[in-house]
Amino acid sequence: MLVAGSPCPLEEHRGCGTRRGGQETGIKVPRELAKGPSAFIPLAEIPREGAESGLRQLLIEAFVSAGRVDHVAMVMGLHPQYLSSFWKTQYLLLRMDGPLPYHKRHYIAIMAAARHQCSYLVRLHMGEFLQVGGSPAWLQGLHCAPQKLRNLNEINKLLAHRPWLVTKEHIEALLKPGEDSWSLAELVQALVLLTHYHSLASFVFGCGIKPEGDQDGGNGCWAPSPHSDSSPGSEDSMGGSGGRDAMQEVEMLMERMKLLQENQQEEEGVTQEEMETRFELEKTESLLVPPSDILDPSLQSHVRCFVEDPEFGYKDFTRRGEQAPPTFHAQDYTWEDHGFSLINRLYPDVGQLLDEKFQVVYNLTYNTIAMHCGVDTSMLRRAIWNYVHCVFGIRYDDYDYGEVNQLLERNLKIYIKTVACYPEKTTKQIYTQFWRHFKHSEKVHINLLLLEARMQAALLYALRAVTRYMT
Amino acid sequence: MEKMARVTTALGGNTLSGRTMFCHLDAPANAISVCRDAAQVVVAGRNIFKIYSIEEEQFVEKLNLRVGRKPSLNFSCADVVWHQMDENLLATAATNGVVVTWNLGKPSRNKQDQLFTEHKRTVNKVCFHPTEVYMLLSGSQDGYMKCFDLRKKDSVSTFSGQSESVRDVQFSIRDYFTFAATFENGNVQLWDIRRPDRYERMFTAHNGPVFCCDWHLEDRGWLATGGRDKMVKVWDMNTTRAKEIYCVQTIASVARVKWRPECKHHIATCSMMVDHNIYVWDVRRPFIPSAMFEEHKDVTTGIVWRHLHDPYFLLSGSKDSTLYQHIFKDASQPIDRANPEGLCYSLYGDLAFAAKESLISSDSNRKPYIGDRRHPIFFKRKLDPTEQFEYISSSSALSVFETDVESGSMDWFVHTAKQYALAGRPLAELCDHNAKVAKGLDRNQVAQTWTMLRIIYSSLGTVSSANLNHSMGKGSAALPLMNSFNLKDIPSGLGSESRLDRSKGESRTENILMDSSSTLINNEDNEETEGSDVPADYLLGDVEADEDDLYMMDHENPHAEEQEYSLPQEAFPLRHEIVDNPSALDHLQDKADSPHVSGNEAETVSLTPVESFSLISISHSLYENRLPSDFFSPIVRDTLLFYAEQGDVQTAVSVLIVLGERIRKEIDEQTQEHWYTSYIDLLQRFQLWNISNEVIKLSTCRAINCLNQASTTLHVNCSNCKRPMSNRGWICDRCRQCASMCAVCHHVVKGLFVWCQGCSHGGHLQHIMKWLETSSHCPAGCGHLCEYT
Repeated sequence: MLVAGSPCPLEEHRGCGTRRGGQETGIKVPRELAKGPSAFIPLAEIPREGAESGLRQLLIEAFVSAGRVDHVAMVMGLHPQYLSSFWKTQYLLLRMDGPLPYHKRHYIAIMAAARHQCSYLVRLHMGEFLQVGGSPAWLQGLHCAPQKLRNLNEINKLLAHRPWLVTKEHIEALLKPGEDSWSLAELVQALVLLTHYHSLASFVFGCGIKPEGDQDGGNGCWAPSPHSDSSPGSEDSMGGSGGRDAMQEVEMLMERMKLLQENQQEEEGVTQEEMETRFELEKTESLLVPPSDILDPSLQSHVRCFVEDPEFGYKDFTRRGEQAPPTFHAQDYTWEDHGFSLINRLYPDVGQLLDEKFQVVYNLTYNTIAMHCGVDTSMLRRAIWNYVHCVFGIRYDDYDYGEVNQLLERNLKIYIKTVACYPEKTTKQIYTQFWRHFKHSEKVHINLLLLEARMQAALLYALRAVTRYMT
Repeated sequence: MEKMARVTTALGGNTLSGRTMFCHLDAPANAISVCRDAAQVVVAGRNIFKIYSIEEEQFVEKLNLRVGRKPSLNFSCADVVWHQMDENLLATAATNGVVVTWNLGKPSRNKQDQLFTEHKRTVNKVCFHPTEVYMLLSGSQDGYMKCFDLRKKDSVSTFSGQSESVRDVQFSIRDYFTFAATFENGNVQLWDIRRPDRYERMFTAHNGPVFCCDWHLEDRGWLATGGRDKMVKVWDMNTTRAKEIYCVQTIASVARVKWRPECKHHIATCSMMVDHNIYVWDVRRPFIPSAMFEEHKDVTTGIVWRHLHDPYFLLSGSKDSTLYQHIFKDASQPIDRANPEGLCYSLYGDLAFAAKESLISSDSNRKPYIGDRRHPIFFKRKLDPTEQFEYISSSSALSVFETDVESGSMDWFVHTAKQYALAGRPLAELCDHNAKVAKGLDRNQVAQTWTMLRIIYSSLGTVSSANLNHSMGKGSAALPLMNSFNLKDIPSGLGSESRLDRSKGESRTENILMDSSSTLINNEDNEETEGSDVPADYLLGDVEADEDDLYMMDHENPHAEEQEYSLPQEAFPLRHEIVDNPSALDHLQDKADSPHVSGNEAETVSLTPVESFSLISISHSLYENRLPSDFFSPIVRDTLLFYAEQGDVQTAVSVLIVLGERIRKEIDEQTQEHWYTSYIDLLQRFQLWNISNEVIKLSTCRAINCLNQASTTLHVNCSNCKRPMSNRGWICDRCRQCASMCAVCHHVVKGLFVWCQGCSHGGHLQHIMKWLETSSHCPAGCGHLCEYT
């Protein structure tokens, strides 16, 4: 009943299953701690049921096929165009024909989400796992799962934190004929699932998605970050009456974008070496992340059991002089040419949907920045996209990484790097600190870019390894 | 390498010779281009930029164009092109968006000539004008194409595709001013070099990026494109609308296409991923490549024909860091390994068989097909005398064997399908009806099957004798009565069917049941020796009450009353007398051993069928009512299997549907699914859509059931703005107009919309029907004489 009670786009349905209805019949219903699906975004910002018919339609579809509209979908609902593409892909990955059985798909999702200690996704998919007939024993931990799934642990770990370390030997090891071997088609689905859930975990943390109402202990178990709703200033800066600084920030960004656009030609003076250095600088820059105190070990025990080697995490690229993995040149293995072709061969349909999803998110724009309209934001979006790829070691030859520094202020970079590389350390503080004058929907937009860029980066590394294995 | 052929061709004084050979490069190649004199080739990649001369036996490195110590992205080439007019002139496209020209005539080590840094993103392609020395064209990821005059520092004109990234640009060979550009979103645009403001023509060529294009070398209106959708398409650009004239489906996304010189229909392709081979296709035979080069161990990134007028030498560069020269003589020809035979059945039982001509010995009986349906017919493909290539050597013969008209007729199938009742009535009625249908089509065996099924499954208690149109008299009410039906003249091939017949002997003891078929065959022999003209034949006596334990019956529901069953008259016209058998018990012993010994006239119920088949009787005593129908399931299952095996999947599926749960669990899901799909396929080939749909609906297989749920969406476009309507079918989100108004009532049509194909006016089905009763003109008043069929 609680599932049905969570926001449901169907009027008639809501009538019979709402929380209120539950209370009337005397059934105990946990109280919501705070309203809304996100701890960062006030409820008022989330589109409500009466929203545009397009979005409504979408949510209904999601509700009908999954039995619920989860908080992720509600927050993504701020960008309906993307939500529909995202939903289609996730639906295909989890519920449509594919080489892997349903319960294993959910288990892989659990494994992936657990890598980032994302208890929201872990709980969600534990439920789904049981629903499709998975054995409850597996949920006691990775050690109880079949060897075949445990074999996936290594590549899961690498893809989550340091995808550049994935090599064709890893693929080879998984595909080696034997009792617990994977088929190529299965593996590709697993890889897509893993990267999907790693990056979705980023989104969950990045937007402060709260647990679903029915997740046991969910209500209220969200560990309050040191700067929770009560923190002064945060509301102010979001409310639109932000201080002068915030206003200036926006103006400055606009100014810089204009400058960059005009001065494109004058950039010629920059030597190739300089460009190289700029990229390396961005790549190796270690941004200070506030120490995290969310990691309460007791809380995470149900997640921990799916993780082996929990200390393994993202590591900044080494400074010059030390042995660094060779830079991944984006032009040598692009999604459009190579990634798509490979995935479409091994796991058809999903290639098309992923391609569509990447395109939608890359081109998504409302031509607005904070309070300004009619702005061409393509530069800004490209800077964010390339910066995410940069922190994972992917370099675009045709991009001047100096732009990243010009367009992305330090706080934003901290946020992006945190959410992309160690999302579990995201706090409300760093969410509120960047772009203080921007709308919440714009911050969600950044998160979407982040999610997809991160997914594409990891997927490119994984698929490159598969390609190398095949040749 | 020794056995590889050496080829020499003379080209107007210029002689090309060589063999298949390769050399190692230091790094993966991205593109190659060849010098006009066919003696040198340039290889470019991220970390390589070298010129090799092509010698008789080997490649010799001639020049390394990457000079200077510090690495520069300007050397990281995505594409390279050698000018076909000036052998000193080269151009490269760098991954960082720079277009560089190189002058080999420079005395210094650094041959770099000009640097154009106008593109913001990676440049994917550069192309020199085929006849103009100074004109260079580039296409970039940023969506722009730029034309450079090499005498100037900047571009002369910029063309904006207004769509996504440009993947390839190629000057037309015929039209001085025209060039083609292909885009990541699947479009191809034609531009006039003098008009940078707007493209001349645009069409969508592929689904997904178009990676490459190539103008035909001679037949100059043709443009070949290759895309990520694994297709190579040839477009005829001479007409006002680009027309697709050939399409080749490959197995991987197509990275490069190059027309083969001197061959009108040949084209070489290589793929972007996974597949490392180079194929040469004859576009008219798109199913099998006419030649294939399999040397590379990683994807081929560049292919080029060595000389503009020589079709035998192909150069290729690859990610595996090798540069190859392929000789056509050494190409592998998949056609040699292919099986050029094909076999297909038609709907009416005709058989077509195609094979290599050499395999079919010339047969004097063979006649060219002239429409006579009685004889095997024969086609031969005439070789095109103009065909000059050694590789198209196969001609094939097609034979069609037709079944004779009578036996091949499938009318019975269509009639049966149309008339069978599968649901909606009680089982007994369905069986009766279907038996009647089968009978009407002279399919007695099937008719009997239905009748037997009725007896087996609906005799369980509930069927009242009144419904059943009993033909049997109650000679003596005290005595058990018997039911009889017949089966004789069983074709030997159908012998197993006889297991259906329930003789008393069979049902009494297990072991006899097992042997039933052999027993019955004995019976048949027996009859035949007696003379098969005698219709009556064979009888199985009745059942005694005290023998019910032999039936392994359920003793809990004994039927107190005697019930009688007989075959319904309409399915089974019988004219016979029933002779009661007061002393049936006496014969039971005999029958248990061997049923056919019981053929005693005095005790027989003699049934005289109308047709020439005789009867095997089955008696239904009151006890038989208590036989659980499960008892018969194995036999029914065998029957169905038998029919399916005979090719009569129709009967199998129909029985399956009619019996539903009663038999479903007896037959494994896969077999059922197989039957259903075969039957549905047959129905659809006969265009019996409604019936096939009914079958799908009635089937209990999940896999079949959901056939109906696939692709149920109907996409409509708005009649005003021509855009697809996403939400509702009757109101357009974009132009906020109701798309489909009824011409009669002027309201929105939300359900069935019918319209005239002549004037495209229409409306509610009901309204239009009513309107047309009184008028034949269009209700919209357009004056059209509407026709609805």
